[in-house]
Amino acid sequence: MVTQEWKWLDEVPDPELPSVSITDLGIVRDVRWEGDDLVVALTPTYSGCPATAVIEADVTRALHDRGVQNVRIERRLAPAWTTDWITPRGRARLSEHGIAPPQATLADGPIATAIVRCPQCDSTHTTEISHFGSTPCKALYRCENCREPFDYVKPH
Amino acid sequence: MTERFEYLLRLGDSSLVLAQQSAAWVAHAPIMEEDVALANVALDLFGQAKMWLDYAGEVEAAGRDADALAFHRDAGAYRNVLLVEQPNGNFADTIVRGYFYDVWAHLQLAALSRSSDERIAAIAAKAGKETAYHLRRSEDWVVRLGDGTELSHERVQCSVDALWRFSGEFFLGDAIDAAMVAQGIGPDPETLREPWLQRVGAALGTATLAQPADGWMQRGGKQGRHGEALSYMLAEMQVLPRSYPGAAW
Repeated sequence: MVTQEWKWLDEVPDPELPSVSITDLGIVRDVRWEGDDLVVALTPTYSGCPATAVIEADVTRALHDRGVQNVRIERRLAPAWTTDWITPRGRARLSEHGIAPPQATLADGPIATAIVRCPQCDSTHTTEISHFGSTPCKALYRCENCREPFDYVKPH
Repeated sequence: MTERFEYLLRLGDSSLVLAQQSAAWVAHAPIMEEDVALANVALDLFGQAKMWLDYAGEVEAAGRDADALAFHRDAGAYRNVLLVEQPNGNFADTIVRGYFYDVWAHLQLAALSRSSDERIAAIAAKAGKETAYHLRRSEDWVVRLGDGTELSHERVQCSVDALWRFSGEFFLGDAIDAAMVAQGIGPDPETLREPWLQRVGAALGTATLAQPADGWMQRGGKQGRHGEALSYMLAEMQVLPRSYPGAAW
């Protein structure tokens, strides 16, 4: 049983979206014991995301702090991470912290932009300012109702 | 095994060279949003290059990882297509170069995601999702610039005309491609030609841009014959690890 181990990982925040834990982000794919080793399978969000190495170090440290001596990180590429794996709690926490959660999975190729809700005032009258934002996983939007700019986690 | 190593170098080197070139725009882009966009595209491409080159190193089994392959090969050992080493030029040149690449990479990665090599299939599936997003942006820009002002139209038409001759290399197969096809690892490059032309042709039409006539196409990048621009780019990219071997943060 690894219920306790999952709970510990629930407490590890994403370094770039600290309101969300790595389990809420859906990047912890498997937790299992192999003899004395605790194996944690992680998948990267974007292939060049600089947070990947930080997350691996954070997981190892968090588990060491809770008395797990041998931690092994496994990088898992397939299936590729999708924002569909962000949990309902993760989505709620993103919203609470002013970041709009992803709306729908991006289809192959260009698509019509999804309706993005302003995390401040809930208006759907929003405009994409930039395809990219402060991290690889986000785009930049502006609310035309309350005029606040905000980050939007791109459907991926 | 050698053929698969060469093939992985081609995939990794094209991503790496385009990443390095795009990253050079940081703090020079025409607007701040583009600074961020070019940096993010570069970041994805660096990540993809690392996955391809790490695997290349494992296949080669000579103790080289992605860093060793990136920083300790000269231009003649690089296997990127010629398009990506073309200078950044003006913003239109960079957009068109990225667009031609994105359409090709998107098609190629879709085919590679069905590769008989599971690792290649996994990397391609991951990279393909990122490239779909890059393509959305670069296509959007081609249309905006082409169907924009008189000046933007003129500039982007110049870029299309100048870079067109580097698109033919995408579809030229050689013995390495044939070996990959035979093993079910990669697609026949020729099969990507029609879908590429269709997509690019449609976008150029929407952008009110003229599609260049068929003419002489440059070739040789995949076999290691490069223009001098690549050496300058690599000199800048490689100077630190070559001057201070083993340097770490």
